[in-house]
Amino acid sequence: MKKVKVATAWLDGCSGCHMSLLDMDAAIISLGRKIDIVYGPLVDAQEFPEDVDVTLVEGAISSQDDLSRIQKMRQRTKILISLGDCAVNGNVPAMRNSIPVSKLLQRVYVDGSEERKLIPTDRVPALLKQARPLREFVKVDFWLPGCPPPAKAILGLITDLLEGRKPEPTQPVKFG
Amino acid sequence: MAQKKLSIRIDGQLISAEEGQTILQAAKANGKYIPTLCALDGLTPVGACRVCLVEVSGVDRLFPACTTPIQEGMSVTTNSPRLTRYRRMSVELLLVERNHTCAVCVSNGHCELQSMATALGVNTVGFAYNYPKLSVDMSHPRFVLDHNRCILCTRCVRVCAELEGAHVWDVTSRGIHARIVSELNEKWGQATSCTNCGKCVQACPTGALAEKGWAVEEMVKKIGTVTSLVHRRGVQV
Repeated sequence: MKKVKVATAWLDGCSGCHMSLLDMDAAIISLGRKIDIVYGPLVDAQEFPEDVDVTLVEGAISSQDDLSRIQKMRQRTKILISLGDCAVNGNVPAMRNSIPVSKLLQRVYVDGSEERKLIPTDRVPALLKQARPLREFVKVDFWLPGCPPPAKAILGLITDLLEGRKPEPTQPVKFG
Repeated sequence: MAQKKLSIRIDGQLISAEEGQTILQAAKANGKYIPTLCALDGLTPVGACRVCLVEVSGVDRLFPACTTPIQEGMSVTTNSPRLTRYRRMSVELLLVERNHTCAVCVSNGHCELQSMATALGVNTVGFAYNYPKLSVDMSHPRFVLDHNRCILCTRCVRVCAELEGAHVWDVTSRGIHARIVSELNEKWGQATSCTNCGKCVQACPTGALAEKGWAVEEMVKKIGTVTSLVHRRGVQV
């Protein structure tokens, strides 16, 4: 049987959702027989492949780089999933949203810094005005909130998709 | 004098209820569940949250069960795809209006807004988030008011006015600018009418009012302390 191509992405989040993904214990081994992880922080691929079946996205859209990445992922993925609160509603990254970007950078890198008081511009993507949820930029097919979503809920979602079902939560999903 | 009895139907079941009761009271008395957020036993209902919307046959618009009095022959539906859609929408609008960052909230895991979202199957919000800049009032020695988490249910206003009798809280401004204020928009710590009883804190369904000194997930509201007081005093609403 042809393996299902799954990608994961880490945008403006803390990687906690990826930790939760790895936290499914032995189930990840049997899952590995059915899926290939073709892109994401857990594998080496540098370029997002052309024809991905499922992409799980952690994190909010917070920078110019996040934005171009999510647009490319959407073009190249059949099913796009918002994984975790940041991708679903902005969550912690969105707590900066009422502060103007220039003031924010000034506070963190100049006022808040002991040495090298310098706002980084070289090789770091420019921040967007606000960190916002995925669905405000691209079409999202399914959402799995939680901070992080429990490993079992992630496994349930992937299993449902593998077996051709519309994902139905096996346990109540909650924000936070 | 005995109350006049009225016959109504709730979800098709014939029920005998007392005149003057609301749809919510009649439903509760007969073991029928209608979801609520702003309602609290013993306080005057205000219909603020729109989660308890029900259908009344023969009328096209929806009614809040907490404020709508029953009428003879009324037939009420408490659950339908249409009601679920509107209840979800009400909760979603509450979630986008302010900054409900559950992950870092003192009430995470013990929040009525959060659990209502879960119960209604809200796993995303279809409206654009507002992300307003809101203040936090830390001036009270024991309690905190965080406007970021407030859903304007006005339980604090009512519990303070109706049970404690102090009426420290009120609502100022309108629409998106509406805020809970203590006294005439004083800092809570300077509110001389506040008795520091904490009923508002225990009645608050979210992390908007909390005790100081708790970290994320640690603020467990003792709502029973408020509702049991209602029953002890025999408050009739």
